[in-house]
Amino acid sequence: MTTPQMPTQQPSPPIDLDRLIACPNCDALYTTPTVESQDKAYCGRCHTVLIAPRRKAGKQLIALALTVLILITAATLFPFLAIDAGGMHHDASILQTAFAFEGALLGLSVAVMMFIVVIPMLRLILLIYVLTPIIRDRPPARWAKRAFGLSEALNPWSMAEIFALGCAVALVKLSDLAQVQYGPAAWLFAILVVIVVVTDSLMCRYSIWKSLDQ
Amino acid sequence: MEVSGSVTTARDMGLVGCTRCYSVSSRGTAHCPRCGSALQSRDRLSLQKVWAWWLVGLMCYIPANLYPMLETRTLVSVQSDTIVGGAVDLARHGNWGVAAIILVASVLIPVVKFVIVAGLALGVWLGPKVPEGQRHFWYEIVEYIGRWSMIDVFVVAILSSLVQLQALASITPGRASLFFALSVIFTMLAAKSFDSRLIWDTGQSDIASNRRTPAVDVKGDLSA
Ligand SMILES: [Zn+2]
Ligand SMILES: [Zn+2]
Repeated sequence: MTTPQMPTQQPSPPIDLDRLIACPNCDALYTTPTVESQDKAYCGRCHTVLIAPRRKAGKQLIALALTVLILITAATLFPFLAIDAGGMHHDASILQTAFAFEGALLGLSVAVMMFIVVIPMLRLILLIYVLTPIIRDRPPARWAKRAFGLSEALNPWSMAEIFALGCAVALVKLSDLAQVQYGPAAWLFAILVVIVVVTDSLMCRYSIWKSLDQ
Repeated sequence: MEVSGSVTTARDMGLVGCTRCYSVSSRGTAHCPRCGSALQSRDRLSLQKVWAWWLVGLMCYIPANLYPMLETRTLVSVQSDTIVGGAVDLARHGNWGVAAIILVASVLIPVVKFVIVAGLALGVWLGPKVPEGQRHFWYEIVEYIGRWSMIDVFVVAILSSLVQLQALASITPGRASLFFALSVIFTMLAAKSFDSRLIWDTGQSDIASNRRTPAVDVKGDLSA
């Protein structure tokens, strides 16, 4: 663990702003530390992770993003859960799940579709668009800054992994009433939760913004 | 090595930090030169926005508890359950575990979120009663758990789409699901509107004299 150092005195003007970093959560100001790959720089006051570079993170992020895109597409189209009760069989895909809300609740169907399919996919496509030129050592894509900004803004509204856990809760609730079958997409969703966690740990926002600033 | 010294903020130095890309610009710069986001040393309207979203969120949370969340039709009965009613019913059938999970996720966590967000805003407004580090901890908790409350809405969607066994049994979502989703969205917006830098500002002026400055661990030579 590394905590960056505070600039101890007023830097004499002109201040070299490029060498400073401000904590987004508490405004503490630091001289930007040199952080080795795998190491992390935390804010000494509120412990927010400021810099966490990883070697080859870009390539890994693109690979994970592509995997998740394929998983979500598959789970959207194919039935991912099925139940049997009293000789009856019924299965559902994500598309059917999102549109479970009808009539006055139709707006909620649209919102659910956005949270579990549209926003996660859009975010990943933007991420791939931003990172691809960077890992090939090319100049950043034309709209890279806007794209990454949008991807960051969408982050809290991307809820695919929460939906995945919702599947598990629903299965527990139903297990008394009916025979539940885990469709293949239920497994895909379990993988998805793991990937989302790994992606978060690989992503160093500071490094990405810095590499776009050329 | 441990270095103790008072914390310098970007504002103290006449600078403004970008909350999106962490880069630093001189005060008065409208947009961050690195990422393009609008720069503000502190969000002046932060508290008004927090209270506005907080209030609409609370107003949606009340009908979310009064209306039924699920309607279950079977051969012999039609039953509509509110959030609490459904949990009580599960507990009566001996499903204590699931009942507890539902009560924690749909009742305890939302109520705690309302209390924490109000506490954070009041702390900035009236002056803090709790140390900054602790308030920052609660802020991070709310930021982290806020979106997970949406799990209830997803469970309702999954149950309703799956349990469609014609006359035998069918589940349809109730009106509460919409209000619950809105309540989660509005509380997320309330937490997002809160400028956490305000937590640390009040601390510096009020507790400065008897406060121990944070210890900064420095490993190796960090600043070239
Ligand atoms: Zn900080
Ligand atoms: Zn910026």
